[in-house]
Amino acid sequence: MNPVLQIRGLTVRLPAGADRRNAVDGIDLEVGPREIVCVVGESGSGKSVTAFSIMGLLPKGQLVPTAGEIRLQGEDVLRASPQRLRELRGSRMSMIFQEPMTALNPVIPVGDQIAEVLETHGTRDGGALDAAGRERRIAELFDDVRLPEPERLRRAYPHQLSGGQRQRIMIAMALALEPALIIADEPTTALDVTTQAQILRLIKAIQAEHQSGVLFITHDFGVVAEIADRVAVMKDGAIVETGATRDVLARPQHPYTRMLIAAVPGVAAKARAPIGAAPVVLATRGLTKIYRTSGWLQARRDVHAADAVDLTIRRGETLGIVGESGSGKSTVARCVARLIEPTGGEISLDGQPIATLSATRLRRHRRHIQIIFQDPYRSLNPRRTVGKSIVEGPMNFGLSKADAWSRAHALLDLVGIDPAAIDRYPHQFSGGQRQRICIARALAMEPTLLIADEAVSALDVSVQAQVLALLDDVKQRFELAMLFITHDLRVAAQVCDSVAVMLKGRVVEYGSAAEIFANPRHDYTRALFDAAPGKGWQFGTAAE
Amino acid sequence: MTALASSDQSALERPRRVGLFGQLRRNPSVIGGAIVLAVLVVIALLAPYLHTVDPEFLKPRFRLRPPSAEYWFGTDALGRDDYSRVVYGSRISLIVGVTVAVFALSLGTFIGLVSGYIRWLDAIVMRVMDGLMAIPAILLAIALIALSKASLGTVIVAIVVPEVPRVARLVRGLVLTIREEPYVEAAIAAGTRLPLILWRHVLPNTIAPLIVQGTYIAAAAVLTEAILSFLGAGVPTDIPTWGNIMAEGRRFFQVAPWTIFFPGACLAVTVFAINMMGDGLRDTLDPRLAKRL
Repeated sequence: MNPVLQIRGLTVRLPAGADRRNAVDGIDLEVGPREIVCVVGESGSGKSVTAFSIMGLLPKGQLVPTAGEIRLQGEDVLRASPQRLRELRGSRMSMIFQEPMTALNPVIPVGDQIAEVLETHGTRDGGALDAAGRERRIAELFDDVRLPEPERLRRAYPHQLSGGQRQRIMIAMALALEPALIIADEPTTALDVTTQAQILRLIKAIQAEHQSGVLFITHDFGVVAEIADRVAVMKDGAIVETGATRDVLARPQHPYTRMLIAAVPGVAAKARAPIGAAPVVLATRGLTKIYRTSGWLQARRDVHAADAVDLTIRRGETLGIVGESGSGKSTVARCVARLIEPTGGEISLDGQPIATLSATRLRRHRRHIQIIFQDPYRSLNPRRTVGKSIVEGPMNFGLSKADAWSRAHALLDLVGIDPAAIDRYPHQFSGGQRQRICIARALAMEPTLLIADEAVSALDVSVQAQVLALLDDVKQRFELAMLFITHDLRVAAQVCDSVAVMLKGRVVEYGSAAEIFANPRHDYTRALFDAAPGKGWQFGTAAE
Repeated sequence: MTALASSDQSALERPRRVGLFGQLRRNPSVIGGAIVLAVLVVIALLAPYLHTVDPEFLKPRFRLRPPSAEYWFGTDALGRDDYSRVVYGSRISLIVGVTVAVFALSLGTFIGLVSGYIRWLDAIVMRVMDGLMAIPAILLAIALIALSKASLGTVIVAIVVPEVPRVARLVRGLVLTIREEPYVEAAIAAGTRLPLILWRHVLPNTIAPLIVQGTYIAAAAVLTEAILSFLGAGVPTDIPTWGNIMAEGRRFFQVAPWTIFFPGACLAVTVFAINMMGDGLRDTLDPRLAKRL
């Protein structure tokens, strides 16, 4: 059978001054009908540029295809006129984006947005659809993507839907004209793991029903294992390895693929030394945070972001709080750090109650709790050198300038950053390096409790593994207590001694990591484990 | 998306941040505006040496003379040399533009920082600002001059007051987003006191849009001053300004159009140059803002 998509020697040039010459460098790729091909790679590998080249959506003048061809059912899209491209998009190929909230127009009901696609393109064979025909087709599509209550959801605005529902709408739009090729650009990255599992199942089922070829862009080998028939691994704009999923996962040939697969954390908890009776650093009793929304002529609404949370962390222990978005895990972390005021309950740090301390009395305790945030691009002030960011805290607490700077030098060295770079600004570092700098900044305060709030979620897997190792290392070296917030069970399995699973503001399961990972009791915990992508594969061991 | 975003970030952002002055130097509107303004500043500073006479010296015999080799811009109804008056008048325009921008920016920034960061003050301060915004500059100037006397200071105060709330609003909006940034939370967690948080972490990140706003304020102030002087509610008439030169020329516009043309042209060129520089600065300092506007 003829392939749906054929890429030959595609090269896309980067603007002058970039870190390399070509975003995509002479790649060959094929997608057959009824085939799911995963392009996997880390950020900057050129996988999204490839997807955008196929769709003809590259930013004009910045990224220019300079060589090669992209054939969609035999037709070269690189040489197609803008008008022909517009016809092809939607009718023969369509795209599902990472963030459905920004890909949908916020002021138009979702049903109308699908209707617009149908109105513009008619049916696949070019026939026009009348209003009634369009409504019928929309109902079919809603049924296809398993959206309940099509009458109600059809009239809903994007913000009234959940992330999973929005992504289903996007998929319905992509399917509207039965395209031969669907390009999915990290379609599940912004979703919770249970929703991700549903969407992956849906894409697979739909692809089988509609016989489309799917080009699936992802950074996650777990997702690859779940969905792909074939996989192409990209690095620095080139495809370094391609093959059937089974072969590549089981017997990766290229060292880069081996490294990537080895860096994917496994789902089984690592064996860890028992904590024993070390002194308790942090204890919360009945910690509660209620967000109250009230307004004019509006019924008052209480949202229990954290509901009677009891946690204990001993010195040298890492407690993971695992949960999906909106579960309240970050709220707990921010209450503990007193970045937000808890509504009720007790927080004690080294035996001192701190939940209700006034701002001035709290300041003395600030140094004992330090926090590392998720987004490495926003956690450092872009207008201050990293050195100044590190010395700020210690100098607030009376350390002399000379001592603070020498401590900053030592800490940068410790976290694996050349201390000579101390006078550089954050934008001169990569995401992983910035996260290391944030760790140095937190350590500079000599805290007893370190909070990592999704600290590795924004990083590529290979960098993630290094930063996790660093966190584990500094925890042991300084005998820290660590509160580790994550949505990713596999990450939690790597570093946590004990785990609390949160759902809707409550802790539904709490115990040692080994116990929970081996024998989850609560239904929700089990659902989380089931949803973890690629659970059938022994990741993290392949290269050993 | 991630790969695309990061690849063009690395490509586009680095040169912009590293060589900011290089970028500014390459921006034609910044260069153009800056050159015109530099020339104006030189003219204002060297006014006595630029072949001028006393701008208040009356020569009733030489009333309303058209431009000639002797009187480059002609003379006005009292026989004063218009060229000298326009050259000296540039001093007032530039002083007003710069002073108003500096005062409006500093006051507005302070108010915006405080009300954006301290929640309970916000509602009160912003309502006062809303009230101030409702007063037109011209009305306020007329009232102030009626209460005190016509002077440069009064004019500056009258223009600054209604500009402050605009800056305060801009800064408050910026602060509301910056205060949620993790680096600000990290500073709180590091025990940094509030004034230092504002000074080190919030203020520096508002600078780019503020500089841009400053240029627009300066341009508007130069215009407003001219309008006030034109209406007779501005700087006392014994100091020549482009506004009052035009005001006095108005009655003889039919017979002596040069009395309005030269100060008017200078005013237009100045405002144009400031705005051009503002646009260029905006494009360079804040590309996202540039796309939105």
